[in-house]
Amino acid sequence: MLAKYLFSTDHKVIGLLYGFTSQFFLLFGFALVLIIRWQLAYPSEPMPLVGGLFGEANAPGGVLLPDFYNQLGAMHGTIMVFLGVVPLAVGAFGNYLVPLQIGAPDMAFPRLNLLSYWFYFAGGVTMLASFFVPGGAAMSGWTSYAPLADFAPSGQTWWLVGMLLIIFSSLLGALNFIATIVQLRAPGMTWFRLPFFVWAQFITAFLLLLAFPALQAAAVLQAMDRLAGTSFFLPTGLFQAGLPIEAAGGGNALLWQHLFWFLGHPEVYVLILPAMGIVAEILANNTRKPLWGYRLMVYSIFVLGFLSFIVWAHHMFLTGMGTSISAFFQATTMIISIPSVIVLSSLALSLYGGSIRFNTPMLFALAFLPMFGLGGLTGLPLGLAATDIPLHDTNYVVGHFHYLVAPGTIFALFAGVYYWFPKITGRMLNEGLGKIHFVASLIAMNVIFFPMLIQGLAGVNRRLWDGGAIYSHAQPVVYLNVPMSVAAFALAAVQLVFLVNVVYSLVAGRVAGTNPWGSTTLEWATPTPPRAHGNFEHPPRAFRSPYEYSVPGVDGDFLPQGAGDERAPA
Amino acid sequence: MKPDLATMEIPYTTDIRPDTGLTNPKLGIWLFLASEVMLFGSLFSSYALLRSGAASWPHQADVLSVPLATLNTIILISSSGTMVMAWAALKSGSLARFRLYMGLTILGGAGFMVVKAFEYSDKFSHHLYPLTNNFLGLYFTLTGLHAIHVLVGMVVNLYFWGPGAAMWRTEPRRFTNRVEVAGLYWHFVDVVWIFLFPVLYLL
Amino acid sequence: MTDGAHDTTVEVRGYLAVLGALLLLTLITVGVSYLRLPEAPAVLVALTIALGKAALVAMFFMHLKSEKPMVFWPLGLTAVVFVALIAFALWTEADHLFGTRFTGAFGGVAP
Repeated sequence: MLAKYLFSTDHKVIGLLYGFTSQFFLLFGFALVLIIRWQLAYPSEPMPLVGGLFGEANAPGGVLLPDFYNQLGAMHGTIMVFLGVVPLAVGAFGNYLVPLQIGAPDMAFPRLNLLSYWFYFAGGVTMLASFFVPGGAAMSGWTSYAPLADFAPSGQTWWLVGMLLIIFSSLLGALNFIATIVQLRAPGMTWFRLPFFVWAQFITAFLLLLAFPALQAAAVLQAMDRLAGTSFFLPTGLFQAGLPIEAAGGGNALLWQHLFWFLGHPEVYVLILPAMGIVAEILANNTRKPLWGYRLMVYSIFVLGFLSFIVWAHHMFLTGMGTSISAFFQATTMIISIPSVIVLSSLALSLYGGSIRFNTPMLFALAFLPMFGLGGLTGLPLGLAATDIPLHDTNYVVGHFHYLVAPGTIFALFAGVYYWFPKITGRMLNEGLGKIHFVASLIAMNVIFFPMLIQGLAGVNRRLWDGGAIYSHAQPVVYLNVPMSVAAFALAAVQLVFLVNVVYSLVAGRVAGTNPWGSTTLEWATPTPPRAHGNFEHPPRAFRSPYEYSVPGVDGDFLPQGAGDERAPA
Repeated sequence: MKPDLATMEIPYTTDIRPDTGLTNPKLGIWLFLASEVMLFGSLFSSYALLRSGAASWPHQADVLSVPLATLNTIILISSSGTMVMAWAALKSGSLARFRLYMGLTILGGAGFMVVKAFEYSDKFSHHLYPLTNNFLGLYFTLTGLHAIHVLVGMVVNLYFWGPGAAMWRTEPRRFTNRVEVAGLYWHFVDVVWIFLFPVLYLL
Repeated sequence: MTDGAHDTTVEVRGYLAVLGALLLLTLITVGVSYLRLPEAPAVLVALTIALGKAALVAMFFMHLKSEKPMVFWPLGLTAVVFVALIAFALWTEADHLFGTRFTGAFGGVAP
């Protein structure tokens, strides 16, 4: 019975498997950061209730040791990005929705799809297991910078193996998405009739396909350094603990950074593009208007995707790699903000003149716009070498990318959950609980992340075990750690409201019907839930562009993409 | 052919989609190869960066055996040739000739691996290991990763030579397409070696 | 005979010609390497021959020659992205490769 779901090749079941697993990892990664936040607010005080669970080697008497703190930091980043947000945005939402929205019976390669999930699962288990190996999990930051990571305890090797599994999973998934979108579009579903969400997944898949292999190569090289004694990332003349290291030397520490960020920067857009796609769907639906500048947005994310491959070294200004190369990467970084702004502006302009419905998915989608905007604007100083150098590795950076990913991407993902839950389960999520969840999350997230910008501008480094308590320059802002941590725990508590809502609505939620939001795209033309293996009752066909809302002369205020000529205006 | 959704048939697994001109597996393998290009591309970039920044670099032909590598190049290129002829044999409807050429392809792969093993053991016997210097580190990493790709290709080819060929009786067109896809992978492995050979041995 | 079976004699003859060219180019590149040319021309010759061989394999054995544009788009993108990776990563070693030629490229002052 269980095996039927665990080994189903149906894209919807695999999407749900991705959804459950990735949300587990999101909660797990969040739990890690709660431990960190306790330590930052109350350095060297034993953590109440759970402090004894971490073991004497990690937290004697419930007080975190610096090495364990480093493990938590590195694994929080790794888990949130590679095991939480991306698998949820791409593996879950993409898998479930892309075949439905293009009118396909399934993904192009269903068995490859299942294999991709199990590689992801194996990668996740490897990462979790690494906490229990001698010396603990990886502790060299989520970026695993060499040469530090070359000398880290064995958890780092597990991290590398876990990453290789996750990368392989992503590659299989990415080629499957591209093949599906290219090959399995229903009759009439021309390129410019694709919903924006599908476009976003299409570009995302290319980023995964072409950027991830660089980290694959880097992981192989680092594994060779650690296991076979090579010196790919070890320069000549390196000392460790006062002694010269025993290695041939002649390596290049910047090589790791090049390869890592060649993946790392496109990865940022992998986090953001599906979120933009979800927000676009929900905005169009709840403004009851076509998207403003649909084609412009599509062209913009093409440019965005392409440029994301040539901005990576803006993460490396501090390395002293050279002024001319810095100048080049500053220029491309400034240029890439243009398509981002076009997409965000188009989404904002889409609101103009709409009769907006403020339901829970719409609230999350609306909050995405200013929150993502704030994340983007705080990134500008980091894209210019002169301002990046003092801000590098401070809490300002942490605040900046969390604004993009937490109240940005994760809000969009919540919006998506509220929006598509009725299609998946047949029941609506409760609006009242949803609005509580939204408002409380919005406030908590801003209380957590805005003070990070302030602390960072004051020069507080992002990786301090005591949150800056012993540094004189941090004294004026160190008090902010307490409200930030309180808000973090409050944010955790608020997620309980969401969990209660899911359970309650599954049992007693309002029955949804096939198209509760009055939506136009093809996924709403399926029965609820869509048919196992095949999705549609009748072979679907696309007759028009995806967002035909409020068409003059049409009964009702929307014209479904798959509705035949009988509903078109005379 | 109109997709029949009631039986969850996925369209264009064997038939060509008219507007894209491709079958799903054909597009899938090319996308996979694109990511492989980036994998080996990243490693070639690493080689270029490490070598251009190195204080000294051995004369590669003095450390490695150019004659053995030349022999291996000839073997692998020839196996690429027999691979494409195996596919052509299927297109002309002859399973027997397919078996012959596919068998030669697999033998070619095996011959390549034997020569490679001989090369490796020769290096080890002269106390040349990956940790000796970055050139040997890169040599073992790049050729090792390539050898893994050769092995995977041999397993796939062996499957189509043996049990996989049963499909020829039921779905000949689909089987021919599968061999084509396996061939694309095998030729790619050949192309990687075509670059590894001058970069590691000749320059 | 199965459906779609056709005579492939001409095709096979073409493959044999390509195979011959590949083996010949292999011998040429090995021969050139024994001349021990200076680094720059040696790299140029060896990589040009390798590119030629790869092109032959891709065009004929992988029959890209008769493939549809839908394959070229992702492959073209891959080529561009690969060149970007190798070129910009190497830029950090520009001092070793080109002296300090690049330091003034954007109006900076050479040390």
